Amino acid sequence: MTTIPINTRQDIDYGTPLPASTETVTLRVDGVEVTVPKGSSVMRAAATAGVMVPKLCATDSLKSFGSCRLCLVEIDGRKGYPASCTTPAEAGMQVRTQSKKLGDLRRGVMELYISDHPLDCLTCSANGDCELQDMAGAVGLREVRYGYEGENHLDATKDASNPYFEFDPAKCIVCQRCVRACEEVQGTFALTVDGRGFASKISPGQMEAFMESECVSCGACVQACPTATLIEKTVVDAGTPDYDVVTTCAYCGVGCSFKAEMKGREVVRMTPYKDGMANHGHSCVKGRFAWGYATHKDRITTPMIRKKISDPWTPVSWDEAITYAASEFKRLQSQYGRGSVGAISSSRCTNEETYLMQKLVRAAFGNNNIDTCARVCHSPTGFGLKTTLGESAGTQNFDSVQHADVIVVIGANPTDGHPVFASAMKRRIREGAKLIVIDPRRTDIVRSPHVEASYHLQLRPGTNVAVLNALAHVIVTEGLSDDAFALARCEPASYAQWKDFVSRPENSPEALEAETWVPASVVRGAARLYATGGNAAIYYGLGVTEHSQGSTAVLGIANLAMATGNLGRPGVGVNPLRGQNNVQGSCDMGSFPHELPGYRHVLDDSVRALFEGRWKVSLEKEPGLRIPNMFDAALDGSFKGLYLEGEDIAQSDPDTTHVTAALEAMECIVVQDLFLNETAKFAHVFLPGSSFLEKNGTFTNAERRISRVRKVMEPLAGKEDWEVTVALATALGYPMHYNHPSEIMDEIASLTPTFTGVSYARIEELGSIQWPCNDRAPDGTPVMHEHEFVRGKGKFVPTQYVPTTEKVNRKYPLILTTGRILSQYNVGAQTRRTANVEWHDEDRLEIHPHDAEERGIHDGDQVTVSSRAGETSLRAHITDRVQPGIVYTTFHHPESGANVITTENSDWATNCPEYKVTAVQVTPALKGSEWQERFQSFTSEQLGLLERAVGVRSPKP
Amino acid sequence: MNLGKLIEMANQIGRYHDALPDRAEALTGTAMHIRRFWEPRMRRELLAHIDATGGAGLDPIVLEAIAAKRTELQPQG
Repeated sequence: MTTIPINTRQDIDYGTPLPASTETVTLRVDGVEVTVPKGSSVMRAAATAGVMVPKLCATDSLKSFGSCRLCLVEIDGRKGYPASCTTPAEAGMQVRTQSKKLGDLRRGVMELYISDHPLDCLTCSANGDCELQDMAGAVGLREVRYGYEGENHLDATKDASNPYFEFDPAKCIVCQRCVRACEEVQGTFALTVDGRGFASKISPGQMEAFMESECVSCGACVQACPTATLIEKTVVDAGTPDYDVVTTCAYCGVGCSFKAEMKGREVVRMTPYKDGMANHGHSCVKGRFAWGYATHKDRITTPMIRKKISDPWTPVSWDEAITYAASEFKRLQSQYGRGSVGAISSSRCTNEETYLMQKLVRAAFGNNNIDTCARVCHSPTGFGLKTTLGESAGTQNFDSVQHADVIVVIGANPTDGHPVFASAMKRRIREGAKLIVIDPRRTDIVRSPHVEASYHLQLRPGTNVAVLNALAHVIVTEGLSDDAFALARCEPASYAQWKDFVSRPENSPEALEAETWVPASVVRGAARLYATGGNAAIYYGLGVTEHSQGSTAVLGIANLAMATGNLGRPGVGVNPLRGQNNVQGSCDMGSFPHELPGYRHVLDDSVRALFEGRWKVSLEKEPGLRIPNMFDAALDGSFKGLYLEGEDIAQSDPDTTHVTAALEAMECIVVQDLFLNETAKFAHVFLPGSSFLEKNGTFTNAERRISRVRKVMEPLAGKEDWEVTVALATALGYPMHYNHPSEIMDEIASLTPTFTGVSYARIEELGSIQWPCNDRAPDGTPVMHEHEFVRGKGKFVPTQYVPTTEKVNRKYPLILTTGRILSQYNVGAQTRRTANVEWHDEDRLEIHPHDAEERGIHDGDQVTVSSRAGETSLRAHITDRVQPGIVYTTFHHPESGANVITTENSDWATNCPEYKVTAVQVTPALKGSEWQERFQSFTSEQLGLLERAVGVRSPKP
Repeated sequence: MNLGKLIEMANQIGRYHDALPDRAEALTGTAMHIRRFWEPRMRRELLAHIDATGGAGLDPIVLEAIAAKRTELQPQG
């Protein structure tokens, strides 16, 4: 039994937010002298002094509101009884929080509240965790004189429409914390107060059920509610938690900190941790609520093996499974050569796991055939930013956006993909920052409550580089560049070359308008705003990288930032929004086949020597196969064995038919995962994985922040994932010796210059660490390249626009682009096994009304989508979010076959697939595609083979 | 490996570098990108194709770049 590190930090609610001021004021509260930042409320000053003023409508995640009148205080020299939450602390103030008069006033207020509140505390789901209950006790309420005969709200109907929380208006005190949380924290504005005075009611949408309203189920309202009015259904069912453990979310690259609130060894709820530096106490529907997959009945908890994929699985012991896998890999290497096997890790793995995976490949397999799923998402980021700036990482911390005056979002859909960061971004926009969106679709960030883009460059998919060149053309030819910065900080010769290149007439917005579909005037306006609007920050996603010119686009983005001096300080920068939780970390850990941890090329003799010395093994100096190359090598018969951890290439990678043909051509596929995913249906060995709740480790988010993942329950299958890799390496003849993942991190730190100051002890001390963390930056580095670029001088690179070879024609006249939505995550293996399917139970094809009408397609119709790669069938969703000529879908459900139609086209530098541009035709359909019929048949067969295995949890049919 | 794909990939690399104003940098960049990122069996197959056909399907910049760095591109062993 492992000791669980229980969070001992007491969460103090200071009532009002911490102001940013560096000036301070000193006052006395109940005789205690306290110094606080100027702008702090009296309530916050009191809390800082250890004096908790009673409150109900105040909480420190929200601006002060002053409605509940419970926090009244007395201040020398002031008349009356000011509300401490709305009264600024001033120098020399003498504040009293307790007096007979104050006590009477507070009891009077509480009496009114309680007179319209059900007195069911003993059976209430928030019993023991209710601020109303606490305050009744704190003010000494002993009687309610008004009775319950009068008008009240006690019969109000409960709304249980949301799968994760319930809303019981009978318990509501209309403090409006929920409304304000939805506005200030989340920025969705889904909640309002309907009616006035006694008739006031909290209203989702326009007095709709939560599920019918605009609510995005982020949980901010539930978090803010001081009573049981909004409460998690898991707490209603299980009771209030006993203790909590701080850990890191396993979903997107924001990497939110959460408290896993526990009862025994079961999670009761996940609540966002207010000291988490990435999320500051906010969350989204996935991290907050969609964790039930961890104990879903589909989990496979017994190792299994089989000779052929047509055989039933045989449950075996861990030893048998590991020994069998190792013997197969050894047989293959002996028979087909050392390079005939390899591995693919995942950004869903911890740093320690991905480090061990690449170490196993390099030290035990003796080759460099290790790749990771960043191959198919952000590999161009690594290449582009390393080339121009010298480091394969984003330049800023998330908080930097609060200093931005101009925010550029390119090929990213943050409200869906990175919702917690999107909330921070929207907050800054509501404060006045200008927004430029470059995206083929009208994503939510383009126009949502109190947010509207100044410019939306609705470009044709595949023309990012042309648009970036046009922006650069305007900046250079109109004299808007920051030459002083560029000449001081970058290579002057490369800057001059680049200026010559972008100044060419063919790069003007007017010349490129027909190609990009973006009016020249819009490009010019956006360029002027970016270059002259103050601090300008670029945030980009897979809409930039997943193109045949993905790397060129990243180079182009870095060029723009260098040319305008938008690097090296808060509020600016180049910020890749990473899709999965540990994309940055898995890349840092040497998961690419050409580089060792810390982005150092395998060709470098001194780097290899360093690792050879530590690992006591000779290392291969030739680069290994990338994921798409592995498939081609499998089909030519030279690549025969693959070890995958946490990655589902049969669903996530492009041209599914090609991928599955490659899988079928291999002789030993070992899948380590929570579930029998699509790839595991082609596997010969299944090694049960452990969820993020069942293991220790670290994740590194998109801002280079290394945060702890802490085990809160024992692994269902008995092993943490890192232990499995250790066992396999040992069975392969390369023993690894670690007692805890902290020792793996120590090894990483000893071998990686940007990590030398990182250790579990240091993370514990600081909460989290942003690398580089070393002697030069012992507390980490929130903003990179402050005084000079990592490569020394920044390098400008000419970015010639080369149109993709994936072109529309009469047969395939539409462009398909793919992406994801808020409620689902990547291949959906996790979120499909939660109630999130209530928001998105199938992938739909978005099509413009004009294109739909031309084809006789109505909303909800089944349609066939065919491309040069394949054909699948989806239901249509008619929307003008997409332009005429463009269709869009998601890839969260395997039976959709979204990747049956995407092609093998890829980025010139990294082989990152061109998911964002596929020429397709869409026609009405009467039934599913042939591929879907084969998929259903194969899935049934594989589930049948699983069910025949004894002692294995069976997935539902 | 899939020769058609290798040819297309090499041409993509060439097209990117072809835009660089310094021809020597473009040629070296093309060859060294292949050297630094292509696994030996990929390079071996491309070189064999050049030897067998003179480089059918490959753009001139790729052929020129590979010819200039042939020794470095040739996998050992």
